[in-house]
Amino acid sequence: MDTNASTDTIKMKAMSQFSDDLDQPADIGPGEAHVSARDFSVFYGDFEAVKKLNADFAKGRVTAIIGPSGCGKSTFLRSINRMNDLIPVASTGGQLIFDKLNIYDPRIDVVSLRCRIGMVFQKPNPFPKSIYDNVAYGPRLQGIKKRAQLDDIVEKSLRRAAIWKESKDRLKENALGMSGGQQQRLCIARALAVQPEILLMDEPTSALDPKSTSRIEDLIAELRGGYTIIIVTHNMQQAARVSDQTAFMYEGDLIEFGSTRKLFTNPTEKQTEEYITGRFG
Amino acid sequence: MGRPPIPEKSGEISVRLETRHLLDRSFSGLGFVAIFFMAASLVVILLPIIVKGLSAYLFTGTIEFREAMNDQFDHGDRAAVQAEARLAEQARQPLYDCLTAFADGQSKQLDRLTAIAQGMAAREDSLGRSVARKMRRFDPQAPFSSQLKTLQGVYDRAAANRGAVDVVDELAEMNTILAGLSTLNEKVEAFEHALSELLGPLPGQTPPRLLRSQYGQTRWDRALIKQRQFLFEEEWVHPPDGAPSYIKETPRIEHFRGTALEPAFALIEHDLESMLRPKFTFYWRFLTDTSKDANFFGGIWAEVLGTFYLTLGAMLFAVPMGVIAAIYLCEYAKPSRFISFLRTCISTLAGVPSIVFGLFGLAFFLNTLEVSHNKSVLAGSMTLALMILPTIIRASEEAILAVPQTYKEAALGLGAGRWHTVLTVVLPASLPGILTGIVISMGRAAGETAPIIFTAAVSVGQPLSIFKAFSQPTPALPWNIYNLCTEHEAVNELRHVQFGMVFTLVAMVLILNLSAIILRAKVSKKLRG
Repeated sequence: MDTNASTDTIKMKAMSQFSDDLDQPADIGPGEAHVSARDFSVFYGDFEAVKKLNADFAKGRVTAIIGPSGCGKSTFLRSINRMNDLIPVASTGGQLIFDKLNIYDPRIDVVSLRCRIGMVFQKPNPFPKSIYDNVAYGPRLQGIKKRAQLDDIVEKSLRRAAIWKESKDRLKENALGMSGGQQQRLCIARALAVQPEILLMDEPTSALDPKSTSRIEDLIAELRGGYTIIIVTHNMQQAARVSDQTAFMYEGDLIEFGSTRKLFTNPTEKQTEEYITGRFG
Repeated sequence: MGRPPIPEKSGEISVRLETRHLLDRSFSGLGFVAIFFMAASLVVILLPIIVKGLSAYLFTGTIEFREAMNDQFDHGDRAAVQAEARLAEQARQPLYDCLTAFADGQSKQLDRLTAIAQGMAAREDSLGRSVARKMRRFDPQAPFSSQLKTLQGVYDRAAANRGAVDVVDELAEMNTILAGLSTLNEKVEAFEHALSELLGPLPGQTPPRLLRSQYGQTRWDRALIKQRQFLFEEEWVHPPDGAPSYIKETPRIEHFRGTALEPAFALIEHDLESMLRPKFTFYWRFLTDTSKDANFFGGIWAEVLGTFYLTLGAMLFAVPMGVIAAIYLCEYAKPSRFISFLRTCISTLAGVPSIVFGLFGLAFFLNTLEVSHNKSVLAGSMTLALMILPTIIRASEEAILAVPQTYKEAALGLGAGRWHTVLTVVLPASLPGILTGIVISMGRAAGETAPIIFTAAVSVGQPLSIFKAFSQPTPALPWNIYNLCTEHEAVNELRHVQFGMVFTLVAMVLILNLSAIILRAKVSKKLRG
């Protein structure tokens, strides 16, 4: 643990609390960038919600974005798979590079982009259909019609989302009959079924109880390596537990971005330190 | 109620609490009263319709009904009906015997008159020649009243002749007989008319052209009314002092005292049951029989089928158009002045009186587009579809807007296009709301009269096959109810058919609604999990 001159007792306490949760290897390098933001901005009308962001999100790693409410972290996350297109007044500036192309390039096919960049939302939002149909929704869109193939995808996705055991006997039942935690894992399974490269998670546990939350966190740990995961969270312990890298945003600016261990134990910026020690936000 | 649990400030709080309770209670009381009155008025409206309407299906039918059913619709056992008809005929025989006896008596008097006239015609003087000229036109085979008229002419001619002094006695006798016969003749005609209305054509009478005159009363309730009309003569009395006119009923028997017809009244009064043989009848075929002689006989199948076609046709046009319009307005259209103007137009369209739609349908679909040469189910369906379109658009719009945004996000996030999202997520989730709109407008389309008057409806027609529906007009329940209640020549005779139609229409709409509500409940249950 770093003991610099500016360390005070509160910080010490906070740091030790986080460092207990850090069980991942310490030597996390920057890795190969999967998504890169270059002076990327998002505007709602005249309001600049995300201000000229520059960041590289490493392939196969888990990146957490933290920050107080309204700091633009969800806006940024949703702009990665262009969900902000739904908002008529939203516009962007700069570049967001994915697979050598700007995501906001007019040549980009949004539909195939969203197949490669999946998303899990704040509230569990399964369709009012059966569990099976929920998971098979994406593959069916891609034109997979063979029953055996669909069965295989559904089982694999449910297994990967660690919900196969609970759901294998009730695949034909309505997904809305499941508990909130199960629904959220089902939504993750549904997102995995389209075999995305990147998984965006927008506060995936904020509507769940602690037990369901810990199951989702376990799941994220299991998915790590196979997928690039970018997760927005309000819960700093969660960010510390699940992520390799953490970005701290404040009022649309990216204040600090680096390895999670570094950011939580020895933040470079004053604002980061104040936020993670609970002085504001 | 005990003291409030907080002793401090109890005065202030308990007053507020009691006021609150009072308000709560008065609101729930008001709500209860409102619901009670609604239910009561529904019962007041529906109960008579159901009771009177059922009388078209369940009633006491006479032998005339069974005969008509047998002859015209081939329902029932022919042998049994004919056997029963013979029994009724036997019961009527004494009555017909009276008529024969009376006719015999009258023809005897006529013979006497003819004899006197021929006696006078045999004379060689001017009287004889004049009477003989008149008597050449006398035809013994002519109807009774025309024979009587000729003989009256003979009498008038003879009485005016100068030679009449020689035949004073004969003329006096002629005068007496003629006076008696001609005063009675009018009454006899009324008598025979009333009797044939009750029992059907009298023996020896030439068979009437109209179907309704070929049979007596088919329903016992109508027969009792006709029985009274037979027993009592109705006459309008106009008091000279300007007081309101009124109907005076006099026993018809008064005119026939001492004649051979006198016993007939007692027979009709006491033996009508054996003449008509009333029997409880469940005529379920009222629904599936076509009508004959302008709804006097048979059922309402043509009307039911017409209503079914029109409603179904309207739905076929309006539902896809309405739902697609709603999807466009909610999911595709960018908010603009034009779109809000469109929305205003749709709302306005919902408030346009239905007769305006009817005239528009006539002018546009029939005269301009010429979808068919004359009125047709096709044109009527299109007109009805226009009328219910705003309701369906509105209901669908609301249902689509009520679909949680998260469903759409989920679908889009999984790589669904906009159209796919609508098809696989938005529409299934908004189906219950859309169904509600369809239910409401279906009831309206089935019951609306004005739009089909000029575009689809005729008063009398045969049930259409589905292929003819494109080019042919059809009877339909709402129009035929109106027509039968107001424009039919025998409005009073067909009350049971009118109520039967109303009842059937109400039942049809209720069944349509009920099935849609059940469907809706099933869909929502599936959505809720």
